[in-house]
Amino acid sequence: MISSYLPLLMIFAIGAVIAAVMVIGSWLFGPKRPSPAKSAPYECGITPVGSARERFPIHFYLIAMLFIVFDVESIFLYPFFVIFKNSAPEAKLFIFIEVAVFVGLIAIGYLYVLKKGALEWEDPVVNVPAKPAQPQNETRLSA
Amino acid sequence: MTWADAGWAFLRVVIVLAFLLGTLPFVIWGERRVLAWFQDRIGPNRLGPFGLLQPIADVVKLFFKEEFLPKAADYRIWFIAPALALFPAVVAAATIPWGPNRQLTPVADIDVGILYFLAMSSLAVYGVVLAGWSSNNKYSLLGGLRSSAQLISYELGMGLALGAIILSSGTLRMTGIVEAQDQPLWGIAPAINHWFIFTPWGFIGAVIFWICMVAETNRAPFDLPEAESELIAGYHTEYSSMKFAVFFMSEYMAMVTISAILATCFLGGYLPPLDIAPVAALAESTSGTALGGITSALATLTGWLSAPFWFISKIVLSLFIFIWLRATLPRLRYDQLMALGWKALFPLALVNLMIAAVYFGFGWIPALTGYGILALGYALWVINRRGKEPKRVVQMHSDAAPYQPQSHREVESVG
Repeated sequence: MISSYLPLLMIFAIGAVIAAVMVIGSWLFGPKRPSPAKSAPYECGITPVGSARERFPIHFYLIAMLFIVFDVESIFLYPFFVIFKNSAPEAKLFIFIEVAVFVGLIAIGYLYVLKKGALEWEDPVVNVPAKPAQPQNETRLSA
Repeated sequence: MTWADAGWAFLRVVIVLAFLLGTLPFVIWGERRVLAWFQDRIGPNRLGPFGLLQPIADVVKLFFKEEFLPKAADYRIWFIAPALALFPAVVAAATIPWGPNRQLTPVADIDVGILYFLAMSSLAVYGVVLAGWSSNNKYSLLGGLRSSAQLISYELGMGLALGAIILSSGTLRMTGIVEAQDQPLWGIAPAINHWFIFTPWGFIGAVIFWICMVAETNRAPFDLPEAESELIAGYHTEYSSMKFAVFFMSEYMAMVTISAILATCFLGGYLPPLDIAPVAALAESTSGTALGGITSALATLTGWLSAPFWFISKIVLSLFIFIWLRATLPRLRYDQLMALGWKALFPLALVNLMIAAVYFGFGWIPALTGYGILALGYALWVINRRGKEPKRVVQMHSDAAPYQPQSHREVESVG
């Protein structure tokens, strides 16, 4: 029934009004006394160095890509969740095997991602702690 | 849709929004007071009875504070980012039923109630990531990035944890999920409602959902996006005045909404724990006597109040546990957070719902066997892991001597 969705439009409109009132209201009320120090980026009182628009770690991007893949796959499971309980008993085995194959494919993809180290947040440590007894300049490991 | 329907819909919207916005000061006040008790302080107790008016005073003060625009910011996005964070928090509660009366609740009893909630809660990431990016501040950017990665990671586990519930109820409709819990426990125990948390898959699902919901609302111990000690305030470092507070408003509203989802999906929604009504039974037995009028009026009243009372009690319990966690647990490291979401919760949720599917397909014996195999596998993994060296090694310069703690006596003799 499409009409059951109509109240959502109503709450969307009211929610948008509330959000707009909060944001615009805070802009209208209150004094405006800008100064160069106030409008500079906050870096704990130190003069800001450079821009924030720098390169950031690739891991965030990887996580976002993996999320898209696995989230779409989990959304594909939702129709199965809805129909499975009330489906005919003789159809259940068939449905279950179909879904098990699908989940198996997800699992293989997941294991591949895991094995490739895409979910490792830090690079594997190649360094070992030095022994204190060694002479100072014997093996200085490069950073 | 007739005008009468529209009027009822408007009433439903007003009730939900009045509840959300009306409880907001109480939640903030409650958090400050409870946290104060945990830390052996008193908390705000001056303004109004028990300090209840403190959050309202704070809001008034914040509205009249100066709001300054960071010069380097992308000011259009910077301006609307708080609104983008607040909007999904306001509308996400639209499909949650708080009582059996379909005229008053939920706002929209749509077929895809749970998917609607999941969609709205994932929209919240836009406000955070845009606020972090547009501020052009390094701390904000890091906070925004961390937050977006965290939110999307924990969405997976959350969606799959809810999957076990949808399997048990066979519908995505929130009211249908509550009605599916209105039956004898495990089909045998009379008078006890069949809350999904009492089923094995429901219990594991509830634990996963609980962890995910704490992470989704950026609460401690998963509050890395706004980790004060390293990122100042994270994505809202550059915000001042009410825009600063809007992020907190959306966080608290999201807490209330997500607690309501927990109550609906796992704790029986508005259903009481025991399916008995003593006042109604009393009214039944005294009908026709002199007391009959009073007891039947009482029975009607308790019948009306029962659903919202139990629903709100469950929300309050969940909010209290939120605060309890914040007062108790230290913050996780970022790689631990990601590892928990991707390496523990996601596979556990997937296995859990497959076992739930086994139960609904083939009965409880294979399902319990599945749980046995799961527990055995976990035990083997723990035993196997115990002897091994930890993977992480602290990187040291070769000439740096490792820290060797002196005993107390040695320190004293040196001094």
